[in-house]
Amino acid sequence: MHIPDGYLSPQTYIPLFGVFVLTAAVAVKKVKAEVSSRNIPYLGMAAAFSFIIMMFNLPIPGGTTGHAVGSAVIAIIFGPWAAMLAVSVAIIIQALIFGDGGITAIGANCFNMAIFMPFTAYFIFKVFNIKTAKKPGVTFAAFISGYLSLVLAAILTAVEFGIQPLIASTPDGKALYCPYDLSIAIPAMTIEHMILFGIVEGIITASIVNYFLKTEPSLIYAFRKRAKNE
Amino acid sequence: MLSEKGLKMNKLQKKILVVLVLLCLITPVGILFPAFFNAGDAWGEWSAQTVKELVGYVPKGLEKYSDIYKAPLPGYTVNSKDRSIMHKSGFYIVSGLLGATITYVVMLLISKIIVRNGE
Repeated sequence: MHIPDGYLSPQTYIPLFGVFVLTAAVAVKKVKAEVSSRNIPYLGMAAAFSFIIMMFNLPIPGGTTGHAVGSAVIAIIFGPWAAMLAVSVAIIIQALIFGDGGITAIGANCFNMAIFMPFTAYFIFKVFNIKTAKKPGVTFAAFISGYLSLVLAAILTAVEFGIQPLIASTPDGKALYCPYDLSIAIPAMTIEHMILFGIVEGIITASIVNYFLKTEPSLIYAFRKRAKNE
Repeated sequence: MLSEKGLKMNKLQKKILVVLVLLCLITPVGILFPAFFNAGDAWGEWSAQTVKELVGYVPKGLEKYSDIYKAPLPGYTVNSKDRSIMHKSGFYIVSGLLGATITYVVMLLISKIIVRNGE
């Protein structure tokens, strides 16, 4: 899901970079208001966790690889705004130091994995509207949140890949950037994330949310927010 | 810096840190598993050369942009020609520890600057 340099046209990566910068500015304000200083170490660890978990490439036998991102669990426990900043830091370090994801695609990759994914995950988790933090319900909601948010983020990434031949082609019909159109990109990205990577993201999300529920329930943002609103 | 107020760690935080270090040490699973199951690149993350093999040509823009930036440790390794499992696994662990530490410190500093409402 880390789009490399050369796959997106400037018409795609420049607007997405703009969206990323604006969202980051809002996230700074939100995190300032929402996070207390004693929870700062958690944010560093959340970013590091996202970095590490993305190194665990999972194979589709005989096919491609992919990985979980960690955005869903970070969004549920520390809130989507904190997740936005934490996962963005991980993605930017991956691009700058390890060449994983392009420099020109930093905005797009952050948009997909650090903005769209945590907010989608948080929204899905909240849709379940769990009144009391009961274990089976939370486990199920967290799994679905992780699973669906990664699959949807993969589809979003596929759309960015797949619109490139429409945006930029030479007169003789050769693509300038990503050569595959939507009809190929969307099924390829969707299926691999549905059958494997999404399930792993779901399991990771459910197990870690469960662990925090058991050890430090007062920390979980998704439940704190609810208590504050009522 | 790390002993400053707001950066002291509680028991759970120390525990998470230990788990993160352990995870770094087993990151080679992330290259050994794909190798064992004969799985290649992630979809859409092919090199220009691989794209040529797949579609018969290298798209002009892709060719122009694909080498725009040289990362210091591309692919979480050094000397990527050395494909031995020991070499790749060793540098994968080093990259994991290094990258996770940098990510941790950068996020810690950013959060420290943003969050000032220490109670």
